[in-house]
Amino acid sequence: MHENKLREISPDTLLDEVSKLAYGGYRLVQICCTKAGEEYELTYSFGLDYDLLNLRLRVAEGTEVSSVSHIFPSAFFYENEIHDLFGVPVARMTVDYRGNLYRTGQKTPFH
Amino acid sequence: MSLFTFTKTELHNLFSKPATQLYPQKPKVYPERTRGHVENDIEACIFCGLCSRKCPTGAIAVDRKEKSWAINRFSCIQCRSCVDSCPKKCLSMKQTYTQPASEKKTMVYHPAPKAEPAKEAPEKTPEIPDGGNQKGAPKAQSENSAVSAS
Amino acid sequence: MSKRSIVPFGPQHPVLPEPIHLDLVLEDEKVVEAIPSIGFVHRGLEKLVEKKDFNEYVYVAERICGICSFMHGMGYCEAVEHIMGVEIPPRAKYLRTIWCEMSRIHSHLLWLGLLADAFGFESLFMQTWRIREKILDMFECSTGGRVIFSVNKIGGQRRDMDNSMLHGFLEVFDGIERDLKDLTKTFLNNTAVNTRLKGLGYLSRERAHETGAVGPFMRASGIERDTRRLGYAAYGDLEFETVTSGVGDCYARTEVRIGEIFQSIRLIRQAVSRIPEGDVAVPVKGFPNGEYLMRVEQPRGEAVYYVKANGTKFLDRVRVRTPTFANIPPMLETIKGCQLADVPILILTIDPCISCTER
Repeated sequence: MHENKLREISPDTLLDEVSKLAYGGYRLVQICCTKAGEEYELTYSFGLDYDLLNLRLRVAEGTEVSSVSHIFPSAFFYENEIHDLFGVPVARMTVDYRGNLYRTGQKTPFH
Repeated sequence: MSLFTFTKTELHNLFSKPATQLYPQKPKVYPERTRGHVENDIEACIFCGLCSRKCPTGAIAVDRKEKSWAINRFSCIQCRSCVDSCPKKCLSMKQTYTQPASEKKTMVYHPAPKAEPAKEAPEKTPEIPDGGNQKGAPKAQSENSAVSAS
Repeated sequence: MSKRSIVPFGPQHPVLPEPIHLDLVLEDEKVVEAIPSIGFVHRGLEKLVEKKDFNEYVYVAERICGICSFMHGMGYCEAVEHIMGVEIPPRAKYLRTIWCEMSRIHSHLLWLGLLADAFGFESLFMQTWRIREKILDMFECSTGGRVIFSVNKIGGQRRDMDNSMLHGFLEVFDGIERDLKDLTKTFLNNTAVNTRLKGLGYLSRERAHETGAVGPFMRASGIERDTRRLGYAAYGDLEFETVTSGVGDCYARTEVRIGEIFQSIRLIRQAVSRIPEGDVAVPVKGFPNGEYLMRVEQPRGEAVYYVKANGTKFLDRVRVRTPTFANIPPMLETIKGCQLADVPILILTIDPCISCTER
């Protein structure tokens, strides 16, 4: 059976864990943001062949998250989306649209 | 790489009849299961309101006391939830679609009155906005009696 | 020293089925960079979970997109069924597989028609869509709708296809296969079509892996991965091979999608011969509590459905990561270095479904 595991990590170890996965041949599947009470839950999903590994971290409102786009190039698209819809600040993205990716009438509509 | 790969199809099309139908001169024949519009056999209806609760868009409004069943045809998404949940099986899904119109009216149906004359309502219904949780029954006051819509 | 100019592409363009905006930075006729901007069809469907309960949300999920409608409903239902621990009957699994494969065929035929239209071959576009009409008629006979089917529910399917209907469909598929073999010769062998497609938009296997490409776009670059191998619905019982090509240009992507149409017809024949008798739904009680990440192979690639429930009738979060969303960064990379006239074809080769991307 193919795996589908979830692991909680702390925001400081994010870059370290992600680098290990990139070295192991994983690909980035998605980055998802959920609002849970006063904090945000970020779920990073990585895939190797058909297995799925999810890393979860919780950040308080306004806390900056490091971008993983210099390790996984396609991450900039997901990080721009969570910034535009939820208002989570992401630092050091390789391609930063500064809030212009999603054309919505109201800024950060899912906040 | 080759040329003239499409010639066989072209010649076949040149000498056969068209794939399209001459609609609306020739009316369209819908298959049996097509979800067109909802109709209610109002004499058998017990006004329990289950269809109204199950409707995802709030297109149906049922009033048990006044014995009225109202539907806003332009809010209906033809999902068949009402038909599947009706305990008396008086709701059914017919095959023709609602005709285009210039305003969104709510059609109200009452069972045939026993002794009183048919009422005439002068005003039109206010437009019911689409989507959201519009599950309350607005006081519907337009088209009357057991008229079947088409 | 040539000057750089910026040309806006979209959101209205004859070749695009749905609106996306790209700012193309050009040096003479060559594209140097492409900057996307999306949000023209953003309907905020993910925020609707707060208003619609989890049973009604199936109708919202299947309206995310018109082309991949069935699989959105199915992916959402499978995720919620996993959270609630509901096991659907085997016949329902086979029915889901058959409808999925029919969706895949109609989506690929739609794409082939749009590709032919993109390089001006309108009669080929019409012929391909004429074949597609037969599939839409089959959908109407079995589910009641041509585009939005409303047959998925949590716990199984709402309608059944009896065996006489299924065998009738198999005869239609025999006719479709014959017609398609003739059209395939035009797509793959015709000189005019080949000049527009061969050697264009090359994406190497390593870059496809690094930029996270999915679906036929990725399989055309040589990576053999098909999410159907996970075995959801009835795919665990069926035998099939992954259709790939090693070349990685637009022609390879066309070949992969045509191969997938023929593969889908074979899968439907297998499923119809093995479908068991029985019910098509089980009753479901209670509310879901928990979370799950479900992956489904849509015609455009791998879609991820994340559902989080908290024990009440409203869900906490539904997130759909669609294949087009994952394919936009590699597409931006293939656009660099091409001529301006090739940009529409390159955008079309990822099979863009922007309503899916923006929800």
